[in-house]
Amino acid sequence: MANWETVEVTTDVLICGGGMAACGAAVESAYWAKKNGLKVVLVDKAVPTRSGAVAMGLSAINEYVGYGKGDNTIEDYVRYVRQDLMGVCREDLVFNIARHVDSSVHLFEKWGLPIWKDADGNYVHEGRWQVMINGESYKVVVSEAAINAMQDAGGEIYERVFIVSPLLSGDRCVGAIGFSTREPKIYVFKAKAVVTAMGGAVHVFRPRSTGEGLGRSWYPPFNSGSSAFFTMRAGAEMTCQEVRFIPVRFKDAYGPVGAWFLLFKSRAVSAEGGDYMVEHKAELENWAPYGLAKPIPANLRNYLGMLDTDAGLGPLYMETDEAIQKLAVEYKDDPKAFKKKMKELESEAWEDFLDMTISQAILWAAQNIAPEEKHSEIAACEPYFIGSHSGASGAWVCTPPDMADKVPAHYKWEYKGKIYGNMTTVPGLFAAGDASGASSHKFSSGSNAEGRFAGKQAVRFAVNNPDIPAPEGVDELKARLMRPLELFEKHSGYSYDPNINPNYIKPFQFMFRLQKIMCEYAAGVTAAFKTSKALLQRGMELLTMLKEDSENLAAEDAYELERCWENIHRMWQAEAHVRTILFREETRWPGYYFRSDLPKMDDANWLVFANIKWDPKTGEWSTCKRDIAKLVS
Amino acid sequence: MPSYVIMEKCDGCKGQDKTACMYICPNDLMVLDKEQMKGYNRDPWMCWECYNCVKICPQQAIDVRGYADFMPMGASVVPLRGSEDIMWTVKFRNGSVKRFKFPIRTTPEGSAQPLGGFPEGAGDLDAPELMTEPASTGAATLPRL
Repeated sequence: MANWETVEVTTDVLICGGGMAACGAAVESAYWAKKNGLKVVLVDKAVPTRSGAVAMGLSAINEYVGYGKGDNTIEDYVRYVRQDLMGVCREDLVFNIARHVDSSVHLFEKWGLPIWKDADGNYVHEGRWQVMINGESYKVVVSEAAINAMQDAGGEIYERVFIVSPLLSGDRCVGAIGFSTREPKIYVFKAKAVVTAMGGAVHVFRPRSTGEGLGRSWYPPFNSGSSAFFTMRAGAEMTCQEVRFIPVRFKDAYGPVGAWFLLFKSRAVSAEGGDYMVEHKAELENWAPYGLAKPIPANLRNYLGMLDTDAGLGPLYMETDEAIQKLAVEYKDDPKAFKKKMKELESEAWEDFLDMTISQAILWAAQNIAPEEKHSEIAACEPYFIGSHSGASGAWVCTPPDMADKVPAHYKWEYKGKIYGNMTTVPGLFAAGDASGASSHKFSSGSNAEGRFAGKQAVRFAVNNPDIPAPEGVDELKARLMRPLELFEKHSGYSYDPNINPNYIKPFQFMFRLQKIMCEYAAGVTAAFKTSKALLQRGMELLTMLKEDSENLAAEDAYELERCWENIHRMWQAEAHVRTILFREETRWPGYYFRSDLPKMDDANWLVFANIKWDPKTGEWSTCKRDIAKLVS
Repeated sequence: MPSYVIMEKCDGCKGQDKTACMYICPNDLMVLDKEQMKGYNRDPWMCWECYNCVKICPQQAIDVRGYADFMPMGASVVPLRGSEDIMWTVKFRNGSVKRFKFPIRTTPEGSAQPLGGFPEGAGDLDAPELMTEPASTGAATLPRL
């Protein structure tokens, strides 16, 4: 560990991450910390202004309930999420996020986010729950409020510090260890309460593009499974680790399709010209009751398209030209109004790309795509872990205290006689955004709202538990953290090319090996999203050897050290995923993954949460079923 | 190479120890070559094409060349980000050009007030209401399950 200084930082509340949920945790915990004389520290591996999934911007806010004006009820939202996830959802958590989300959206507007309004001053909706924004600077504005709140409360923000592992004392989480990617420094953060909000995971599966376009994942490549790793290594019970997410987007650049489906009412068809949602309608009966209710779950819509792709009937197309022609017919008596409408829609469609997936704008320009003349190809992306969207993976967290008397015993647990909402099963460790599971469809706004809630609960925990027990095994963790650098220093001189050396593996080759295993054995793109017990078991054998080899990861510098640890984090997400798909003996989300050996949904045995846990004391994994409580009729 | 630095325009942020592009890249890809005093993208194949380096560069010395493994050549998408809006110039392979202008924020940079002007709630740490609730929810009370 030559020349790396250790910096110790002690705080009351530690927030790991800098995205939408972490910024929510920061703005809220700063408020309560100031009132109670506590200190908050936030650590981001990048800079909050442009970090996390909203780094590029967004063109819509996807969770807005509008209950204040009576547009919808919180219960409506819970029913919508339950339906989309084929019945698997923590209704208490979804309810809690939904009751706080409007408040977050109203704050965003005050902070400076341009939200589209109609002539009456109401938000313009893209769909029932979606409101349109000019969102290029969405993250800039949201992080600005968080940074200002932290400054006002005397908090500290550490940028470019990569969090590697949790620090534990007995069963309690008491901090985190990481390192600077800019200076030779190890950081040891000691805290009374820790909020983890470090996003989901990308590049666990091999992307469709493997050359220069490797980084063009739909969800960002810098979300590398750090939340999952952190919570698992702390010993937290995890939920829905099998519920990955696969979006269908414009092919290759993965630009959003929402504007085309929702604003233009465009259809998606196979090359044969058939609308797969119509042609394969009968298939939906196999997934009743969810297949027969509206809106049809995202995974089933994927699945009906995949049936055509599997039958060799691709490419799939978004019928943009047809949608625009239909509009032209509507305006046939008023060409001037049509021209005006088209100009408006053209700008909206391009803003959809430019706000959140600029690559898609380049791709359309590079392919000379004029949507009024020609349809555009769509495809299912590679799988991602994103519990905030239509996936559900994350930590199993405690119900909000005011709901404790409404939920079953396994939705709540106490620490020293008190219940803390959004606390994982590890005392002192809270989770929000993609870090917390079974509370899908929170998106950017709900992640922020959940972060705010978790931030307040973390302050409450710190007030009630003013001690910070000494973390265990810090020296050993430091040595583990630095090991890749030492391996490189020790062995790199052996071969002419330091990247090819029998004594170690470099982080990118390690990532490619992980992606190959996951893609081919765990229902990735090349396996047409299908797998079986035999494939998964073989995949586990290969993952086990990969895990052994992770001890031999080598890093030439701090940058490669960051990449080494990101890939270890991804590998843990992969293992939890494979183990949970193996455990759940059915196919429930056929458009996310299909168990070819168990091709049917089995509500009698598997309408449950499949939870998994890694025990830090024994190193053993265990899985269990948890009943789903229906709290909203 | 997704984002790339134009040699003629980049001044390495005038020899400060960190450049604007290094500061902002969410994937830690931009670095300064101290010998040539030019920034560069060290792993273009890990680039998300988020354009944050392009938007922040004070010299407009960074552009994006679409991923070579699936983008035909000849197109470009260039932003010019101001304090209130952003202008985009989209150049097609066939030479045609589209321009768009979108607002980016409604308040002066740096001015976001955490409470957003909403009245504070009751300040009870044990209650479910967050800092500005119920006022900021738009309803009279926070819904209960």
